[in-house]
Amino acid sequence: MSSGGFWHLLPNASTNAKPLDELWWTMVGLCALVAIGVFVVMFVFCIRYRKGRPADRHLSKETLPVELTWTAVPFLIFMGVFVWSLTLYARSRTPPANAETIYVVAKQWMWKIQHPGGQREIDTLHVPTGVPIRLMMTSQDVIHSFFVPAFRVKQDVLPDRYTQLWFTAIKPGDYPLYCTQYCGLDHSKMGGQVIVMRPDAYARWLDENNTGTSLASQGAALFRTKGCSGCHGANASVHAPDLDGIYGRVVHLQDGSTVTADDRYIHDSIMLPDKQIVAGYAPIMPSFSGELTEGQVLAIIAYLKSTKPGAQPAHKGTKQ
Amino acid sequence: MNATAITPDLPELEPPRSFYTHKSGLGSWLLTTDHKRIAILYAITITLFFIMGGVAAAMMRINLVEPDGALLSAETYNKTFTFHGVVMVWFFLIPSIPATLGNFLLPIMIGARDLAFPRLNLMSWYLFVIGGCFTIACLLLGGVDTGWTFYTPFSTMFSNTNVILVAVGVFVTGFSTILTGLNFIVTTHKLRMPGMTWFKLPLFVWAMYAVSLVMVLATPVLAMTLSLIGLERIAHVGIFDPALGGDPLLFQHMFWFYSHPAVYIMILPAMGVVSEIIPCFARRKIFGYRFMVYALVGISVIGFLVWGHHMFVAGMSPTATLVFSILSFIIAVPSAIKVFNWTATLRRGRITFEAPMLYALGFVGLFMIGGMSGLMLAAPALDIPLHATYFVIAHFHYVMVGGTVMAYLGGIHYWWPKITGRLYSEAWARFAAILMFFGFNFTFFPQYVLGYLGMPRRYHAYPPQFQLLNVLSSAGASILALAYLIPVIYLGWSLFHGARAGNNPWGARGLEWQTPSPPPKQNFLERPVVQKVYAYDEPSPDGQPASGATA
Amino acid sequence: MNGSTAELRARGLVAEQFDDAAQQHATAQFGIWVFLATEVLFFGVLFAGYAVCRVRDPEGFLLGSQHTEILFGAVEAAILLLSSATVTFAVNLIRFDERRVVAALLATTALLGIAFLVLHGVEYSHEHDEHLMVGVDFAQHGPHARGIELFFFLYYAMTLYHSLHVLVGVCVIGTMGVLVWRGRIRGEYTTPLVLAGLYWHLVDIVWIFLFPLMYLIGR
Repeated sequence: MSSGGFWHLLPNASTNAKPLDELWWTMVGLCALVAIGVFVVMFVFCIRYRKGRPADRHLSKETLPVELTWTAVPFLIFMGVFVWSLTLYARSRTPPANAETIYVVAKQWMWKIQHPGGQREIDTLHVPTGVPIRLMMTSQDVIHSFFVPAFRVKQDVLPDRYTQLWFTAIKPGDYPLYCTQYCGLDHSKMGGQVIVMRPDAYARWLDENNTGTSLASQGAALFRTKGCSGCHGANASVHAPDLDGIYGRVVHLQDGSTVTADDRYIHDSIMLPDKQIVAGYAPIMPSFSGELTEGQVLAIIAYLKSTKPGAQPAHKGTKQ
Repeated sequence: MNATAITPDLPELEPPRSFYTHKSGLGSWLLTTDHKRIAILYAITITLFFIMGGVAAAMMRINLVEPDGALLSAETYNKTFTFHGVVMVWFFLIPSIPATLGNFLLPIMIGARDLAFPRLNLMSWYLFVIGGCFTIACLLLGGVDTGWTFYTPFSTMFSNTNVILVAVGVFVTGFSTILTGLNFIVTTHKLRMPGMTWFKLPLFVWAMYAVSLVMVLATPVLAMTLSLIGLERIAHVGIFDPALGGDPLLFQHMFWFYSHPAVYIMILPAMGVVSEIIPCFARRKIFGYRFMVYALVGISVIGFLVWGHHMFVAGMSPTATLVFSILSFIIAVPSAIKVFNWTATLRRGRITFEAPMLYALGFVGLFMIGGMSGLMLAAPALDIPLHATYFVIAHFHYVMVGGTVMAYLGGIHYWWPKITGRLYSEAWARFAAILMFFGFNFTFFPQYVLGYLGMPRRYHAYPPQFQLLNVLSSAGASILALAYLIPVIYLGWSLFHGARAGNNPWGARGLEWQTPSPPPKQNFLERPVVQKVYAYDEPSPDGQPASGATA
Repeated sequence: MNGSTAELRARGLVAEQFDDAAQQHATAQFGIWVFLATEVLFFGVLFAGYAVCRVRDPEGFLLGSQHTEILFGAVEAAILLLSSATVTFAVNLIRFDERRVVAALLATTALLGIAFLVLHGVEYSHEHDEHLMVGVDFAQHGPHARGIELFFFLYYAMTLYHSLHVLVGVCVIGTMGVLVWRGRIRGEYTTPLVLAGLYWHLVDIVWIFLFPLMYLIGR
């Protein structure tokens, strides 16, 4: 991209940016070509066929071929752009398997970030270069939107739902972060910075901000203090599902359907336990909606992800 | 059917009486069922709303001169852009061309004496005014800060402003839109004069017909959706609130199911106006009449199927994204056809450049730029960085302001002699049209750049690196404001001092030019002659010469 | 131009924009169909909302539905079906100038409509006693309380909008009855009655969809 003028305001700071910019500039070029073409033709017609200037004004009767041509040609071009755009879109929707997850909770009017190592930040996000980062995001109140222009990524952040985006930063530096979904009074202040560091600097930063407890162990603590382990724990007398290694497993529900236990499922099972009931268990779990913040739920999810299956003995409860 | 006189069972009117002098007194206006008078009532009302929305826009542009907000607090700014959006969308753009020019011209263009349901037409104006009163009352009571899109759960559970009041205002106005659309559809179907077949209808009538379909089928969805917002605010329960098991995206689906077709409510009439003006001043039949018709109807139908392209980053499923994206590309095809056809209409014409023609040519250019930037937004990959930035603002202002407002003013200039019976200052009119074109580009082109660079919309304050472009845009806005003011002055002057226009000052074709200016209450004194559509290659019934093949 | 047009124009019943009575009648009928199309979209939003919420919590909706009173719903459905029949007879008999019969049929229709509204009112009061009135007094417990609440939110939104339509319908049908009785609608001029009948059928049809969705799914 050209470096002069305004364009230096928009660096290419992620692997995402370059292919997107190629599509963008192609589209700009195409549009400019068409626009200039139409303007020139209009201009020539306006001069040549202005009133009083002698010209041939016979109209041909046969217009259908022309019209079909300029129906078909734009259509084909549009389809080409569509397919191109779709491949980029598909890429932007599928984070690589080795992506590292960082959790984001949005609320009026701040971004709260939780790293897997337990580090917390507000309105700043530290990430290393070269590592794919997946952001798992939710909102505590209204809809927000996470936007980093330098990475060309944006995703709305919804209450009661997880949305994700991913990127691989390539250039160290500070890049602005904006909220782009209108969210009330201080919408325009709900921004911050994404600070991209070299991996070694990032590792140092993680160390310096180490709280001593990882997100998973924070979750484990919550699992005990909030009473989850009372029923789901190894020695519980209540008949409740074993949650060790639950993440990613296929769960059979009472109504005969199955779901994969992803972040959304675990979140909903905690906040809206009556929504999906596991086959063979009574719907006795209370809702923790209001008990737990979205950040705490994320910690518990991180904890459940870290557990391994089979660590518990069989259930003691009576089968129903 | 009657073959001799247009008003078979009614006593003959005295010829010189126009619909203005037919009756007099304020009551005769406020209780009129004459579509022409109702059109004028609408014109006055929407002009007032345009001024209000314009003042809000000016306040925003002044505020954005400085990164920290030069004029308004964040709260006031949020209320200002909400007011600007609500007023401009529902109280100016949507009624703009249909309720004024459409109301005035549709019956005349098809040779009818009035719309099918004249009292309903009057009621629709009253509903519009009542809805407007609610909206203004809401402004006076402190305004609303949700944005014109009322996204939940902000609008239902978090905003502390008078959301219900403005929702009622829009709800009521929605019924005014529905009734207008209903009237137009029925009138076009049932009241065409003998000989006026579907494919002899001017494209303006076709545009009114296509837009009415959208009005009638989309607006009820908005009405009900807004009423659900109201209920949810009252009951503190509702289907949009995620905290209660509702779906936060459901509102967006319902809202855009209306609001995307609504942008076609705004642009289709503009296409109709331009399709009248260009053939008139190029003195030839419009290129590809039937394709233009199919494009109009096609846009109105496909327009119902593309709402999801407003939600590519909202958390919608990838499959839905794919479908909405391809449909959005497909709907761009008929729009492209129209641009090419307008351009081709100029070929081998006998072109003159009166003010309406300048507006129409400006429309084609700006609409094309706006439309093509829409293509970028239709591509999901590009929409990700561009969504909800100033790029989107620039895109829809090119279409809505550069497109619709230009066409509206073009139409007002084109039919001004017919409506008022007088001519305006051609020189001033041309000057204003050109100034408007440049002022507009000056205002909104920088916003494309701002959007590409990542400046989000609805920002009361912004990072300092965006200041230069914002100042440019605000400077352009002041030129644009001036350009909008000039017509108010010379058109106002023309109303009292303009030269008499005569029946057909442009030498145009179409039934409306075969009746006196201003028309009589019954629209026609004698039965008009239906020609081929855009018959510029043959003499008109009122003695205008044919536009010959060679100079 | 037919003879009836001259007669109707003399009675001031053919508006000036129409060439003849037949055109006026066809136009009005077309108009009401377009209006009914908007009504379908208007209610359509609620049905779409119902579909989405029910998919999100099917259990809650089934439980919610069990709180409704099926006897009331069924009787109300029967009342509306009957009223549609009476209005149909009225529309068909007016051509034969059966003034008294038609007026009686219309009165019956309006009364049936009122009966519907009264029954629904009773139903609402029962629901109020059972703490089901969302937004006023709602107290349900158990795992699906929120689903039930959402169900009842939609139940009130849909039945209230429907009842509003019934109320408008009662007024319109009542007015038609008076006009028929006074001989203003007769013989060649039946347009308002035909339109009112079509509107009344829409009100009826909406209930035919509401009844199973609200009362029957949980049983």
